[in-house]
Amino acid sequence: MWRFITFRILQSIPVILTVITVTFFLVRAAPGGPFDSEKAVNAQVKAALEARYQLDLPMHEQYLSYLSDLFAGDMGPSFYYPGRSVNDLIFQGLPITAELGLYALIFALLVGTLAGVFAALKPNTIQDYIPMSLAMIGICMPSFLLGPLLVLIFGIWLDIMPISGWGDTPGDKVLPSITLGAMYAAYIARLSRSGMLEIMNQDYIRTARAKGLPEHTVVIRHALRGGLLPVISYLGPAFAALLSGSFVVETVFQIPGLGRFYIQAAFNRDYTMILGTTVFLSTLIVVFNLLSDVLAAWLNPRLRYQFRQ
Amino acid sequence: MPQIRAVSFVLLFSLFLSACGGGNSETRVEAGNREGVLHFGNHSEPQGLDPHIVTGVPENHIILSLFEGLVSKNPYTLEVEPGVAESWEISEDGRVYTFHLRNNAKWSNGDPVTAEDFRWSWQRALSPILGSEYSYMYYGIVNAEAYNKGDMPDFSQVGVKVLDTLTLEVTLISPVPYFLQLTDHHSMYPIHRSSVESFGAADDRIAPWAREGSIVTNGAFVVTEWQVNSHVRVEKNPLYWDADKVKLNAIVFYPTENLVTEERMFRDGQLHRTEEIPLEKIATYRQEQPEVVAIAPWIGSYFYMINTTRHPLDDVRVRKALAMSIDRELVSETVIQGVHLPSTSLVPPGTLGYEPPKVFSYDPEQARALLAEAGYPNGEGFPGFELLYNTHEDHRKIAVALQQMWLENLNINVNLVNQEWKVYLDSHNNMNYDMSRRGWIGDFVDPYTFLNMYISEGGNNNTGFANARYDEIVLKEAPAELDRDKRYKLYREAETILLENMPILPVFTYQFKHLIQTSVKGMPTNIMDHYNYKYVSLEPQG
Repeated sequence: MWRFITFRILQSIPVILTVITVTFFLVRAAPGGPFDSEKAVNAQVKAALEARYQLDLPMHEQYLSYLSDLFAGDMGPSFYYPGRSVNDLIFQGLPITAELGLYALIFALLVGTLAGVFAALKPNTIQDYIPMSLAMIGICMPSFLLGPLLVLIFGIWLDIMPISGWGDTPGDKVLPSITLGAMYAAYIARLSRSGMLEIMNQDYIRTARAKGLPEHTVVIRHALRGGLLPVISYLGPAFAALLSGSFVVETVFQIPGLGRFYIQAAFNRDYTMILGTTVFLSTLIVVFNLLSDVLAAWLNPRLRYQFRQ
Repeated sequence: MPQIRAVSFVLLFSLFLSACGGGNSETRVEAGNREGVLHFGNHSEPQGLDPHIVTGVPENHIILSLFEGLVSKNPYTLEVEPGVAESWEISEDGRVYTFHLRNNAKWSNGDPVTAEDFRWSWQRALSPILGSEYSYMYYGIVNAEAYNKGDMPDFSQVGVKVLDTLTLEVTLISPVPYFLQLTDHHSMYPIHRSSVESFGAADDRIAPWAREGSIVTNGAFVVTEWQVNSHVRVEKNPLYWDADKVKLNAIVFYPTENLVTEERMFRDGQLHRTEEIPLEKIATYRQEQPEVVAIAPWIGSYFYMINTTRHPLDDVRVRKALAMSIDRELVSETVIQGVHLPSTSLVPPGTLGYEPPKVFSYDPEQARALLAEAGYPNGEGFPGFELLYNTHEDHRKIAVALQQMWLENLNINVNLVNQEWKVYLDSHNNMNYDMSRRGWIGDFVDPYTFLNMYISEGGNNNTGFANARYDEIVLKEAPAELDRDKRYKLYREAETILLENMPILPVFTYQFKHLIQTSVKGMPTNIMDHYNYKYVSLEPQG
């Protein structure tokens, strides 16, 4: 097991380094710089700005200096928000985004697995078709439509939910969590349905039934553990994506999370912020993938065994 | 797994339970009216609150509540009123200003505001290392430009002198008639030396002094909360010299980036004022709640700039034909709900009494004649060109309307191209375009802020237009002229030259569009879209 984990960690280092390098040079290659604005600044001012952020150094020096700062845990000053560092901004937004992501994930797991298992129990019947069609709609419906729709129905017509904010008024966390979680719920429903379907046809399930166990024991004690494996391996990347925030949900509901920075940084050519958020997100993805692999290996000994060979 | 599900179920259930508190209770606006708290939709997260560094409108809205310059402006008339300076004298030749500071002006930590604070702050703003993008606002002062560009390292040579603790003397190169207005621009506000320096070098733009908890200000309000992407809250400053006149207890600024969300927040009673109105909502509001709609002319122009070095737009007759075949009234009414006003000049009309020249009007007949004269009778053989705009639905609609009108009136085809904002700016800077949308909002109320764009060496020119007489008027003759009518006459001459050569194609005068609750008093519309929060009060009718 430890060998497996060590190997995966070593594997992730070049991945993250590649992400840093590619992003670093890509953002600088994009037309338009951080200090281009509708009102042209005079050459001296521009030179002073570039000097302050070391943009006047040769590219390789900028790159090396960025790397050494990064390894010291400093993602540099934001180009767009003078007086704030990228670390500052990311760690201000992260707790809020994480909370939102957690609620969304709980919602997604709850609704998704229930719907998926429910559908798998009676495949190709109405009990299967209804939740699966809903899941299809969930996957297809973008959050910029779902969010305003929920707000319109629950916030304005029925007037039982706050329409925006985060922690300002009681209940304002509900609609964004559902909006963000809906798509994941839909994926999880489909994953758990197919996982369960496969397991329900296994010999050991037949054995369990032959023993005379009641159906709910068969499903809950025996089938779920294997049937939800695909969901477990999906959880890692899903949670990483949720942690990076959602620009759409955050702007629709006025939530001060990380997602807005991610998009705005690109528009503003805030080089350090683009790099910071990208490196942060890619590290999260690598870490959560690793965690979900470990979890899957723990649940399914065959995987560990395969690796040992 | 069942345990996890049970736990999550409880969690979600409690989430739903807590939701039942929402709805029907007092809205934020109603609570604000009661407590004297103004909820202000402010478009985006402020880049910062350092008055010498920021450049945007949202930052200006907040800084106006925090700092005060030598003078301030009356929001109804835009005439200057005493600020930190209680009086001032202007020399006969209009070049020397002597400001007398009031002795009860204080910083929010209790220190007095002195003439030295201004001198030091201005030196800091002009420091070549700081990189203040608005440093050109100072260039009317003797030697300010040289100091800013690093050509003259000695600040004592700059025309700013402290005569005594409360007297400041400023010497200008020429009698800049709008100089007092400039001192109410945030780039000329004073900042508090010792608190700034405690965070590092004063000319380091990223020193974090201008933050909640550490920023020391001298205006009517002080920062009490600042949560990034959530809100900035400012509260009444009891030490402000004119605190008796301040009626609001607090203002909360929200970065309402999504204008649809912003409008919903307004409708739901969460905002007193919005930065924008979504185009598709304007008609409904005008019909159902006209009293909350604040749409009025702004000191800004919406136009197209033309690369005069590229064929076929290098021919002035072609440019004129294009300008004369746009029915601006029709575009305004049908495409943008009449929110912007048709315009045939660069300087918006009514800029403190300035009336721009009218060089051309909508005349498809003559446009066709001009095009034929240029060698393209009935559009035959016209090679076409690309019309560039930054990616935005409203700009696209306007560009499509123009494309259609040129096809109908001149029988020529143009291609529409859109680019993301920074790419679009890059295309301008490299003159890598044929014709491109451009917007310009004046920094102060004077034609100069517009006409200065098209001087030959101007960094904002980017059209290839260069005219010696134009430069002469804008840079030398008009600034030296003391008499306003004569000066405006000169500006009219310059603008006529500009429009005769037509490196730009005027389309609209901007209007700003806000929704403002009826309980808000003292926030009148004015062409600068300027606020003076001293005047604002909340009075729910009843």
